[in-house]
Amino acid sequence: MAAAEKASLPKEQQKSRLAKLWDRVSIIFESKVALIGLIIVLFWVFVAIFAPLLTPYTPTEQDYTAQNQPPSRAHPLGTDSLGRDIWARLIYGARVVLVMLPISDTFWLPLGTAIWGVLLGLIVGSTLGLMGGYLGGWVDEVVMRILDAMMAFPVILLYMIIIAAVGASATNVVLAIAIVGIPGIARLVRSLTLDIKTRDYIRAAETRGENVWYIMFVEILPNARGPIIIDAMLRVGYAIFAMGTLGFLGLGMPPPSPDWGSMVAKGRQFILSGSPWAALWPSVAIASLVVGLNLFADGLREESLRYQ
Amino acid sequence: MSNPQKTHAPILKVEHAAISYETRYGDVEAVRDVSFDVHRATTFGVVGESGCGKSTVAFGIVDFLGANGKIVDGSIKFQGRELVGRSDAELRKLRGDQISMVYQDPMQALNPSLTLGDQLTEVLTIHRDISNQEARERSIEMLKRVYMPDAANVMDRYPHQISGGQQQRVVIAMALLNNPALLIMDEPTTALDVTVEAVVLDLIEDLKRDFDTAIVYITHDLGVVARVCNEVGVMYAGEMVEVGSVEKIFGEPLHPYTQGLMRCVPKLGSTKEGSILYPIRGRVPAPKDRPKGACIFAPRCDYATDRCLSEKPGLISYREGHLSRCFYSDEINPEDWSPSSDMISSFSPQETAPAGEPILKIDDLKTYYDQESKSLLSLVGMGEKLHVKAVDKVSLEVPKGKTLGVVGESGCGKSTLAKTIVGLETPRGGTAEFLGFDLSVPVSDRDVKLIQDLQMVFQNPDSTMNPSYTVGQQIGRPLRHLGKMHPSEVKEEVIRLLNAVRLDGSYYKRLPRQLSGGEKQRVGIARAFASQPELVLCDEPVSALDVSVQAAVLNLLLDIQRDHNTTMMFIAHDLSVVRFFSDYVAVMYLGHLVEIGPAENIYSPPYQPYTEALLSAVPIPDPTAEQKHIRLHGTVPSALNPPSGCPFHTRCPRRDLLPDGGKICETEEPPWQYNTEEHRIYCHIPLEELRTFDPVVTSR
Repeated sequence: MAAAEKASLPKEQQKSRLAKLWDRVSIIFESKVALIGLIIVLFWVFVAIFAPLLTPYTPTEQDYTAQNQPPSRAHPLGTDSLGRDIWARLIYGARVVLVMLPISDTFWLPLGTAIWGVLLGLIVGSTLGLMGGYLGGWVDEVVMRILDAMMAFPVILLYMIIIAAVGASATNVVLAIAIVGIPGIARLVRSLTLDIKTRDYIRAAETRGENVWYIMFVEILPNARGPIIIDAMLRVGYAIFAMGTLGFLGLGMPPPSPDWGSMVAKGRQFILSGSPWAALWPSVAIASLVVGLNLFADGLREESLRYQ
Repeated sequence: MSNPQKTHAPILKVEHAAISYETRYGDVEAVRDVSFDVHRATTFGVVGESGCGKSTVAFGIVDFLGANGKIVDGSIKFQGRELVGRSDAELRKLRGDQISMVYQDPMQALNPSLTLGDQLTEVLTIHRDISNQEARERSIEMLKRVYMPDAANVMDRYPHQISGGQQQRVVIAMALLNNPALLIMDEPTTALDVTVEAVVLDLIEDLKRDFDTAIVYITHDLGVVARVCNEVGVMYAGEMVEVGSVEKIFGEPLHPYTQGLMRCVPKLGSTKEGSILYPIRGRVPAPKDRPKGACIFAPRCDYATDRCLSEKPGLISYREGHLSRCFYSDEINPEDWSPSSDMISSFSPQETAPAGEPILKIDDLKTYYDQESKSLLSLVGMGEKLHVKAVDKVSLEVPKGKTLGVVGESGCGKSTLAKTIVGLETPRGGTAEFLGFDLSVPVSDRDVKLIQDLQMVFQNPDSTMNPSYTVGQQIGRPLRHLGKMHPSEVKEEVIRLLNAVRLDGSYYKRLPRQLSGGEKQRVGIARAFASQPELVLCDEPVSALDVSVQAAVLNLLLDIQRDHNTTMMFIAHDLSVVRFFSDYVAVMYLGHLVEIGPAENIYSPPYQPYTEALLSAVPIPDPTAEQKHIRLHGTVPSALNPPSGCPFHTRCPRRDLLPDGGKICETEEPPWQYNTEEHRIYCHIPLEELRTFDPVVTSR
């Protein structure tokens, strides 16, 4: 029997590693929505990484001879009220969001503030969700009631309370994004866990005498990854939105760092005096990045559900 | 099963139908070149393994193929009128009035938020100009005809308030309300227990006669086909390979695939000592891998010649009304068939080893689930605690190297018994001992040695393996975790285990989604046997598999058991499989053990009345066999509030044999009566009287 089965090896088995990887990636190109989203996101990642090569200015360089200028050859998106180049500020601002997390003046971590915030939320939220879903009983009750209490606060209010309490800095924004994200992530992971824990392979692990942490993180978590990843992508979008909001309210990065939210806040006083540029461009940036991430996540989700 | 009348034109005539589904990888032809006729008052059975296109044919007839399916070729004529190419509106009119369909799961066919009466009357009022009052009367009438007890009151109930068997009866009543010319039934009894299934199958028989309806009956169960069908079409990989009357198909099958199927199925009464199951080698090809311009079964056929590989056989009529899609049906004689050499060596009949010492001893075991009552008091923790008595007062022993089969309908506690033994549930009382270990300890507190010696094989092939890890990782885990084996040796051992379940080393790196159901189940078996256990609990290990795969997995389990002298507990609802596989059989009802003993004693008188009823309900894949007609009425009582005395007294068909119509059954728990030292029966009826019962099945 084995010989006969070997002869009919699934096609998948005969493909090279590269082809298999391509199979996984190609799902993105199946969906136009996902592809458009990906292009928008990649645009911002690209300009953020290569920011110093894409503009002759630094984000804090002031030119008092050119304040509130419309787009021109010298300043492709115009300048703000202090004569700073908006394009330079935008792409350096994207860095903080997407590619680097400044811890101190000299030290920074790769990946942006929004991404770190979501990652941290994922780690804590997934653990709580797994514990609630798998262990059940009083653990579930306690964890979920506390998280419910957190969910009762309006999101913006929660951000403001946290930042007001710990002060405005990149690391604290990460902390705030994580804390606000935890209840939602935990709920999602808990519901996925409740489903997965009824499967026979979990019974098999239990009859093997595996401990609960092995079962939660090795047996359950990897099978919940699809929905978690999609949810995380959406959450990065929300986090960018939240960062914009905090910046607008003056609770983001301390000035003069190029924060998209505070750029909108500064620029908005000049909208009616005929220079909408300083407020317009960062708004467009936030909107396009969030929309891009949403399109990407939605497209992926729909495409992966379609042929199950 | 009278000869179908063929004087009328066929109600349904399908000719060379081909149906395709559009997928990401292009069009996939699910069904091709299917032809059959269905006549009035005849049941035409479409039988085949999963993925053979049975349901696609049914959906094709009513054009329910979804957005991506379409009939690409052939014709489907209903009462002489062509259905292919009709507009949706015309088809809808036809369907509602003349063609009805019954699906597998009655719970999904009924709307949970409408009363049954509303749903039934709607069928009449939508298609015809009938007043509500009259529709209601006719619905009640119809419910009575499907033997629904208390029909008038059922009209005002909701679907969840009646049992599964009754739900299916309502669905059938609904399908018959318009007096359809054609009724399509897609596995209507697959989700039901055997005793309920038997009642529904009887009903289908009666209705066919009373209503003069043509029925297309789709199923994978050869036993069901033998019981209800007049004519049978055997499907394989999207093609009809054999068509004929039920007696011919079972008596003298012409196509090698049909013959192979018959060899796969254990007959009720066949044993591992006396007979061998021969699986069909290879597996059903996926639609896109089906051979083109060749016989579709050739790669798995023992008789295949070069002609079979280069030319496609048509559906040829060999005898009157008996067609086969094979060039050689005249020459092949299934009597002369002998298994290929590699099969003989591995699948020889099992010799019986002498029974060893009991390895597992269970005494008066009780496993209860708590259920809070819905009173206000229980909200504050003062309410009365209710228990679901899932396993109650069960005592049994399993000798080393033997197999104990546990049978019973769903909810009888057989799975809970297994879970209790393996440590996933903690017993509420009684003792359970295995190799000197106390089994009342939950698995998390058990000794590694005990865990090693007590493993489990699970039911569902799709969930038995973790989809995120390769086969090698999953079989290797118990070796590393339990055996403390050095990582360098693990791979070698895993490959040895894979070979033991007849999979080669190339499976080491595969992911579960790249395996078929049977292969997944083999990996599950390899994983259970990795720690070289003394006792393996098999919870319905083959019930989700196709018959040909089922035979291979059963043989494999027998082989491994013989090689390692493993003791097994085999939980299943299929009594033929249990008879084939087990040395001892325990019958459970409502958490109680009602009969236990050597398999041959269970399947012959004296019977416990419940065992007798179960056996007479089993569909036997042999249309000529005589089977006693005992049907259980009513539903299984709730385990929350089990009947006093004998748990079976509410449905027992034999209690009239006792004085006062069996009053004692209601008040006193029955005694255990010992027929032999090993065979005991839980019943008030004296053994002498039980011994006088006739055997349930007599085959000619």
